[in-house]
Amino acid sequence: MKFWDSHCHLSTPGRTIDERMGRLMEIADRVGVERVVLSMGLPPLLTNPTPEQLRKKNDETMEALLHWNHRAFGLCYVSGEHVEESLKEIDRCVAKGPLIGIKLWVAKRCNTPEVETLVKRAHELKGLIVQHAWQKTGGNPPGESTPQDVAELAGRLPEVPMVCYHAGGNWEAGTRALRPHKNVYVEIAGSNPTAGFVEMAVREVGAERVVYGSDAAGRSFASQIGKVLGTQLPEATKELIASGNLQRLLTPILKAKGMTV
Amino acid sequence: MSTPIIDTNVFLGRWPFRRLPLDEAALLAKALRERGVKQAWAGSFDALLHHDVDGVNGRLAAMCQRTDEKLFLPLGTVNPALPDWEEDLRRCQEKYRMRGIRVFPNYHRYALNDAAFVKLLKLATERGMLVQLAVSMEDERTQHPLVQVPQVDLAPLVEVIKTVPGVRLQLLNAFRSLRPDLLLKLVNAGHVSVEIATLEGVAGIEELLKQVPVERLLFGSLAPLFYFEAAALKLQESKFSDVQDKAIRRENAARLMAR
Ligand SMILES: [Zn+2]
Repeated sequence: MKFWDSHCHLSTPGRTIDERMGRLMEIADRVGVERVVLSMGLPPLLTNPTPEQLRKKNDETMEALLHWNHRAFGLCYVSGEHVEESLKEIDRCVAKGPLIGIKLWVAKRCNTPEVETLVKRAHELKGLIVQHAWQKTGGNPPGESTPQDVAELAGRLPEVPMVCYHAGGNWEAGTRALRPHKNVYVEIAGSNPTAGFVEMAVREVGAERVVYGSDAAGRSFASQIGKVLGTQLPEATKELIASGNLQRLLTPILKAKGMTV
Repeated sequence: MSTPIIDTNVFLGRWPFRRLPLDEAALLAKALRERGVKQAWAGSFDALLHHDVDGVNGRLAAMCQRTDEKLFLPLGTVNPALPDWEEDLRRCQEKYRMRGIRVFPNYHRYALNDAAFVKLLKLATERGMLVQLAVSMEDERTQHPLVQVPQVDLAPLVEVIKTVPGVRLQLLNAFRSLRPDLLLKLVNAGHVSVEIATLEGVAGIEELLKQVPVERLLFGSLAPLFYFEAAALKLQESKFSDVQDKAIRRENAARLMAR
């Protein structure tokens, strides 16, 4: 089965960005990962980047695509702490550059007007909108969104498709929070390959709204692919999760940019 | 045909916090067999929270025998924080014919330099039994708020291991918290092995083999709590020799259990 990985980073070893990409894709090939979506540039991943740091991270992501644009997509890293500068980054990297959407992480919670502004702009460009969310038993840092925050944002913008990374971390709570909002896609990366995860996601939000991702290179492709292949779901369902849903989500922006799938 | 697998990390019984797709012994046995597993070392989820550990061990032994005794090799639990735990150890070996035990220091709330645990290691080693130590069972970020169990602190183990010559210890589910330098110290301190269920990072096995001798690396899936495929695919995600592949899939485990 072929996988399109909605959630990767440049954290493979390498002296240059190109070497890191070469290593990432060499390993991707071993387990059937055809395409990857990159974000946030080189490590270390910055939780609350300055505007200058955002620009640098996005430059790194764009450099990674140079020789890999047939297999890799990139997201523009933006922050609700720096709305004006982030809007400029969206203009530079998505409207006028090669990136195909935005990544929002943990600088500011996504139920804020600032994040809503960025999401609306990305949607005008038909970009993929990706928001990290993790509901932690021990409590979240101030800027980290919960799946409930994503649900709030999605409820305010019901016509805007968006991806909630990690299924909200605590996926049993996350899929419940997200299930009323048909515009939210549940991504499965970055957690233990706990059996029943993907079955519950499919049961609660439907197979068309579950998207494979790994959070490689910190996570293993294998452990996250195992979440899909380890289920007893029908092959057609697995294929939707593995690549079909992400392909469908990316179609508007790829068409707008004249890129072929 | 690839080498048959010895899965050193499976569980029977009930995970306390949800039902799992394969939490019936017969279903798990069938799934493991279909995936090329020839032997599975099984502990019991019930051991995490039950006080009547001997009841848990007796049921585990019976379930392994009843379901597929060639596949499931039971590993009983001993909780050295309980009164007269020495009798549980004796029964594991003499009554249930178990070849090893599985311990859960975080769920049973003792440190690895507690005198009782050091004594348990010594007695198990005198009996020639393997000791499996579960470092974690679940990501602490998704735990039930009333059952927040930290990862086991492995740091004291380096010195403890040196005081128990001949000990055979395998760490389960160790990788979320285990730093590479501590792993190296443990591996050098005595016969300490690890398995891959919680190993992360792309090509994780390949990277780990740069630091740890292949003899200390075993296959483990943490099924049915984890999808078995997650561990199986890790073998495909890393590049290593056929000799290393056989060692990880089967031979290291066979040797560890046989000694
Ligand atoms: Zn990530």
